[in-house]
Amino acid sequence: MSGAEIGLLLSVFLACAVEAVEALTIVLAVGTTRSWSSSLTGVGAAALALAAIVAALGSAVTALPIGVLRVVVGGLLLTFGLQWLRKAILRGAGVKALHDELGIYEAEAEAALAASRRGDGFDGYAFAVAFKGVLLEGLEVVFIVLTFGANQHHVRPAAAAAGVAVALVILAGVAARAPLARVPENTMKFAVGVMLTSFGMFWGAEGAGAHWPGGDAALLAIVPLLALAALGTVSLLRASAARSEPVVQASSGR
Amino acid sequence: MAGERVSGLSSLLAGVWEFVVGDDWRMAAGVVLALGATALLASAGVAAWWVTPLAVLALLGLSLRRAGGG
Repeated sequence: MSGAEIGLLLSVFLACAVEAVEALTIVLAVGTTRSWSSSLTGVGAAALALAAIVAALGSAVTALPIGVLRVVVGGLLLTFGLQWLRKAILRGAGVKALHDELGIYEAEAEAALAASRRGDGFDGYAFAVAFKGVLLEGLEVVFIVLTFGANQHHVRPAAAAAGVAVALVILAGVAARAPLARVPENTMKFAVGVMLTSFGMFWGAEGAGAHWPGGDAALLAIVPLLALAALGTVSLLRASAARSEPVVQASSGR
Repeated sequence: MAGERVSGLSSLLAGVWEFVVGDDWRMAAGVVLALGATALLASAGVAAWWVTPLAVLALLGLSLRRAGGG
């Protein structure tokens, strides 16, 4: 297995684990406070919707010529990766509050308790919140699996890495019976942001007609150099924040 | 009914925008420009691999500065 393939599987695994932790928090909140059966029905419906999206987009993406695929996918991975990296840097530097699973769980649970309820049957609120949470978090994973997998012709291993991550998060959630607040989400997001941005730069430039010195081996330089630049930026921002008053914002976003 | 449809559509479009572009649309626009510049230079026979790394560093730095981190 090449370094790029290992990078692919690791990125998919980490990205999927992060998104699964976030989806688990939402499902736990509405399941515990409202209705487990309706929440799990929402999870199942979202999983079906995601499967349909994978089936529809997967064949369309893999049918694209490799040059077009690389520039489109590279551009999307770059925009996506830069978003992840930007947030991870801001959180790592203390400029933006860390993703707080316990806080999000409590806010979701409070909103779920406050929402009106009709009868003892099917709970539409629990279904809708669980469906939306799993679909939105799952879409990011689907996107990463498809783009990474299609570019390297490894959709199945990428999907397997995603499946293992989801299964591990579910097992951990069942064991803990609580939001997985101790998972180092920001470190994982930082790593994913570096990988998405690095692969996005590489494939995007290649798709646009550029040739990297050393070919695929250029990735072995791009990934660590970008990681070093990002870590350096975190240190600079921390030092800057220490000199002025920190701006801490409440965060419930990705 | 029509109002609900418009609201649903705008909500969907907002979701797609948030999903693809995120908090800072300038980063997405910069990526498009960087890939366009790479394609132009490469088609002119000039080595263009350096464009995207420089663009990434510049876009990230500017976006962090706008977010209050710089």
